Amino acid sequence: MAAARGWVSPSVLPGFGLTLGFAGMFLAAIVLVPLAALVMKGASLPLAEFWRIATEPRALASYRLTFGASLIAAGVNTVFGFIVAWTLVRYRFPGRRIVDALIDLPFALPTAVSGIALATVFGPQGWIGSWLLPLGVKVAYTWLGVVIALTLIGVPFVVRSVQPALEEVDASLEDAAESLGAGRWMIFRRVILPTVLPSLATGFTLALARSVGEYGSVIFIAGNLPMRTEITPLLIVIKLEQYDYVGAAAIGLVMLCVSFLMLFTINAINGWRLRRVAGRR
Amino acid sequence: MAGSAQSSVRERNDIASRVLRTALIGVSLLFLALILLVPVASVLGYAFSRGLSAYVQALREPDTFAAIRLTLVTAAIVVPVNTIFGVSAAWAIAKFDFRGKQILITLIDLPFSVSPVIAGLVFVLLFGAQGWFGPWLRENDVQIVFAFPGIVLATLLVTFPYVARELIPIMQLQGREAEEAAVSLGAGGWTTFFRVTLPSIRWGLLYGVILCNARAMGEFGAVAVVSGHIRGLTNTMPLQAQVLYDEYDLVGAFAVASVLMLLALVTLIVKSIVEAFGARRRRAVLTPRQPA
Repeated sequence: MAAARGWVSPSVLPGFGLTLGFAGMFLAAIVLVPLAALVMKGASLPLAEFWRIATEPRALASYRLTFGASLIAAGVNTVFGFIVAWTLVRYRFPGRRIVDALIDLPFALPTAVSGIALATVFGPQGWIGSWLLPLGVKVAYTWLGVVIALTLIGVPFVVRSVQPALEEVDASLEDAAESLGAGRWMIFRRVILPTVLPSLATGFTLALARSVGEYGSVIFIAGNLPMRTEITPLLIVIKLEQYDYVGAAAIGLVMLCVSFLMLFTINAINGWRLRRVAGRR
Repeated sequence: MAGSAQSSVRERNDIASRVLRTALIGVSLLFLALILLVPVASVLGYAFSRGLSAYVQALREPDTFAAIRLTLVTAAIVVPVNTIFGVSAAWAIAKFDFRGKQILITLIDLPFSVSPVIAGLVFVLLFGAQGWFGPWLRENDVQIVFAFPGIVLATLLVTFPYVARELIPIMQLQGREAEEAAVSLGAGGWTTFFRVTLPSIRWGLLYGVILCNARAMGEFGAVAVVSGHIRGLTNTMPLQAQVLYDEYDLVGAFAVASVLMLLALVTLIVKSIVEAFGARRRRAVLTPRQPA
């Protein structure tokens, strides 16, 4: 019977053709065809021309800033996100549930809101900026501002990846290690860290992937000086505003390829994590 | 002797534990306060910096009012369409076995990993003046980019996965027995969906819709690329906040931002409620019933 339709197993439930057909057509119309248009536009360029646009000094400077700041922000979030997740899982303190709910705020908060808020707070007259300025620290309109904006939007990724893994750490393993004379640091390094490492890696990569494409929360605080504080998504917008569609498509294609690479990496890390969980059982 | 040495070790350990605990909680709260709480508080601080009447005045400014209306109309189109898509995709994926299912799930998630700027760029390349359909659109006097249809398309793309993403795992977990029983007892497809499936997915569906709505109303990058920034006409709320901010109208910009922030807080509250209900349901399922 199963061979009757080949690729779909038989079922008594109705609506398969209708729902899959609609979902597939809508997916093609809204996501696949538009993205294919970008790929075709980029690929229609002669290779030498594509290479020249994609590697011009201004573009290279924007990649350096985008990836450098994203890596630093994801790193900061890996350290602090682990501490926050640890605190939320292991300790009971007043306000814990509110803090836990607050973690998701960057998911729900429109990026333009966090953008103008950060730019104002860290600006020379802002709540924090006016306080940092005498110390000689400039945040707004420098690469440091880009890092702070990307740190904000990356907060939920590491915390939400690590929390379930920390909850699964076997307490009896920790007790056993302690009874065998292992110190606190040893238990952390040899028992806890190996268990949560794949989740930390997932969180890091998710935060990195999100940061690389981020636009709204960065452009206000970055100051957007070409070659210095101009992120790659902004460079695309500037090229579009100058009606340089070809240039925008070329840089856009570079970013799209990076996104696919990240998606692939995330899937690979997920596979690693699931294999480790399966191996333990 | 040995006992007292043992207990002194235990005690030192406990003091160390307490110090560590306090330090870690302190570091966590300080980090979150600096990176999350201060910016959020500043939105309200700046919005009300010249008093309540200036705040209300700022929101009643005609261009801002038009931006609020445009945002609401866009969400009113995008959210239902993506909800219908999400339910359809989840039904096909969770209730049937077919080849290529994993690829389909990956493709649905694709918009999450694409930069919002790219999501706007693709529609400019398709429908812009120099785009694939540009000449045809000009001949027929249809404007998509730098107009309302472009804003809807870009918003559809960035909010595409939200409902499907929430529903697929829930409906997969649910299994198919209930629906199969309903159909074999003679219920039609729609009856089965509305009477059997919907009641058990409604909280997840609600959360997906709320998330989709929050992103639809708050989207900035994708809409910024396709909107053309025409005041009072193609500026959504986030774009209006940008325009006012660039004009150094801090009260105006943060007044708009505060409305968007309220939306985010409502979203978080709904999420907490949905999670609490979900946990109670799971407990109810897991607790074995007493034999009669």
